[in-house]
Amino acid sequence: MFIFTSANLKFIMQKKTGKNILQPGKWVSLYADYLFNYAITRVNDHNIAKDLVQETFFSGLKGKDNFRGDASEKTWLISILKRKIIDHYRKINSVKGKKEVRMPFYQEGENRGFWLEERVPQSWDNEAEKKIENQELKMILDLCIDHLPEKHRMVFLLKTQRNFETEEICNELDISSSNLWVIIHRARLQLRECIENNWFKK
Amino acid sequence: MISCDEATAISDKKQYGEATRMERVKLNFHLMLCKHCRAYSMQNNYISRLLSKYLHDSCETDHLVDKEKQELEEKLKIHIKDISKN
Repeated sequence: MFIFTSANLKFIMQKKTGKNILQPGKWVSLYADYLFNYAITRVNDHNIAKDLVQETFFSGLKGKDNFRGDASEKTWLISILKRKIIDHYRKINSVKGKKEVRMPFYQEGENRGFWLEERVPQSWDNEAEKKIENQELKMILDLCIDHLPEKHRMVFLLKTQRNFETEEICNELDISSSNLWVIIHRARLQLRECIENNWFKK
Repeated sequence: MISCDEATAISDKKQYGEATRMERVKLNFHLMLCKHCRAYSMQNNYISRLLSKYLHDSCETDHLVDKEKQELEEKLKIHIKDISKN
């Protein structure tokens, strides 16, 4: 005897209409890893990535009536996650961005844009210190990257570690390319100074 | 002449091979006259080498453990129930 459970009824409906359907009960087993992987490469933090995946599932559930079945379930969930990542980026950009004390590297006024005396790059002339093969140096590099404000670190790592194209990052975070280069510039200024202070000046 | 801020910004862009020809001309002219930015540019090249050596893609090893997935599964179940009630 053939029993019409809701699951096989859905399957029959899908066959008939050719449309994709949502099966939230299977989301975690089917898509959690995929979505997490997508999120972690962008936000670089295990717990934030996990939260974003969770929020994606919840939003998907809430908005399930908006799913028209033209795209696959997976594509639909990814599009929700993408939106969540933009929201996350905006949040760190506004909340923490305002709290951060802005420490200028360059002068204002008459000599606008020229180095502030106390932030001029010092010479790194110690050749021994320049040797790239060094565990302590690697550790300092990691610490200096961790120390970047999150909004700078996120863009910097997408560009430098994940080798994303400029255009891709602009699309994914909904920022302009000039905005992106300002952020990369800020990140590298801070990174250079941090390496100088902790390695070349120790 | 461009400022040090502009020059170092171009130097950063150049690290990714994305400075335009015009930008590189402006940068080189600035570097002839400014030793601070010369130092910055050289150190920038060094940092890029450092980054390409040490900054590998480390997220591939980061994944959700089974316990986290179970928790997620349970939370989602509760939400599914709530929604089907309404």
